[in-house]
Amino acid sequence: MANLFSSSIGRKLLMSITGLFLIVFLLVHLTLNSFLLLDGVLGFEEGQMFNAGAHFMATNPFIKIMEPMLAIGFLVHIMYSIGLTIQNIKARGAARYASGSKTDDVEWSSKNMFVLGIFVVSFLVVHLANFWVKMKITGDPLLHQEASFPFMGAEAHGENAYALVNTAFQNIAIVIIYVIGCIALSFHLSHGFWSAFQTIGWNNTVWLNRLQTISKVVAWFIGLGFCVIAIAQYLFF
Amino acid sequence: MKGKTLNLKLKVWRQKSATAQGKFETYEVSNISTEGSFLEMMDILNEQIISNGGDPVAFDHDCREGICGMCSLYINGHAHGPDEDITTCQLHMRKFTDGDTITIEPWRSAGFPVVKDLIVDRSAFDKILQAGGFVSVNTGGIPDGNAIPIPKEDADEAMDSASCIGCGACVASCKNGSAMLFVSAKVSQLALLPQGRVEAARRAKSMVAKMDELGFGNCTNTGACEVECPKNISITNIARLNREFLSAKLKD
Repeated sequence: MANLFSSSIGRKLLMSITGLFLIVFLLVHLTLNSFLLLDGVLGFEEGQMFNAGAHFMATNPFIKIMEPMLAIGFLVHIMYSIGLTIQNIKARGAARYASGSKTDDVEWSSKNMFVLGIFVVSFLVVHLANFWVKMKITGDPLLHQEASFPFMGAEAHGENAYALVNTAFQNIAIVIIYVIGCIALSFHLSHGFWSAFQTIGWNNTVWLNRLQTISKVVAWFIGLGFCVIAIAQYLFF
Repeated sequence: MKGKTLNLKLKVWRQKSATAQGKFETYEVSNISTEGSFLEMMDILNEQIISNGGDPVAFDHDCREGICGMCSLYINGHAHGPDEDITTCQLHMRKFTDGDTITIEPWRSAGFPVVKDLIVDRSAFDKILQAGGFVSVNTGGIPDGNAIPIPKEDADEAMDSASCIGCGACVASCKNGSAMLFVSAKVSQLALLPQGRVEAARRAKSMVAKMDELGFGNCTNTGACEVECPKNISITNIARLNREFLSAKLKD
């Protein structure tokens, strides 16, 4: 293990592992967001499922442990990406090709991971300000609206997280920011997912195409999933 | 048999020395056969410059058979020019059309400083090889060729990796100035064979350490290297290098 993280591949390993961890988080997040749309389908009153989900996330001890881990995951992923990108700019050198780069078959997103990452981080700041800060720090009048929902087989009362989310998504500007942020996320993940497996070393001639295809599916499932939920909230709820 | 001929305008990078400021010079060549190689066109250009009393364009070349890895020109946005899986010497002039302006540049990467005109210093690759790209063999009687059985698939894959000629097109095409395709091919060609397994862990660690020390960038798996590689080296070699390196490090 000596000096693993001082080597290029070791630092990239950190990028891969944190990246995959963040993707797992996104899948959990997307599952919870889907509750925003499913009340009618599953026979609950509007907002009950999401409020129960939010209550679960706020009270579950495992989630309490994972919350700081998630923050660390984001920080490591972001800090190392900055360090690696600075090194890469130096390694590339100052001189540029006058005839440019006309190499075909290179994924657009793979060449723009850092820029896409900046988009995702900017979106994250807006997103945290919209919801996380209000839920965890400042509080919001909407959260204090009466909310009751079935929880662990009984009727529970808690914060009305649904009201906060639902109100935010009635603002078209917020919905547009979310759609842009999530499309940037999709492009970021469409390269990031398979690239993470390549860096860990889990790839070969057979799996290369498979992983690249799975990568696109996972990326757009996540990105468009969030978009559809935000747009549906704006239009129908 | 006489093919068509071309009249071309060439924008060539001229730089007197490693430290001198370089700039593009424009030349015109005429009557270039479409059957000729790009380097033969360069020879004609140099004859023309010499007969006009000028300093010929310096460019690397050796075997002119596509196997030595010396030729290194970046032509019209591509390492080794606009054709698939070839070195510059194997690039035919039929890939161009009459009246074209062709931009000819040296490899551009911090790891490959320009020596003169179109020649770059690729000795960084030699240093990486010296760090571990070999097998240690004791002297003695010649071992029987078939004493160690090797599966055909492994032999083929090792041979594919070994076809890397170390030309540096991967580094030249990489937006990160990364040498991972080269290093991974050189690690793979030995890691796939039983003779190379003995020193595999040490090899992966020392070659990657040398690559980092020489300032090559961090691979972000864009795959541009694989596309521009004249020998079609696959980026799955990079996954193998990552595997070799990480498992070696984890055992430490």
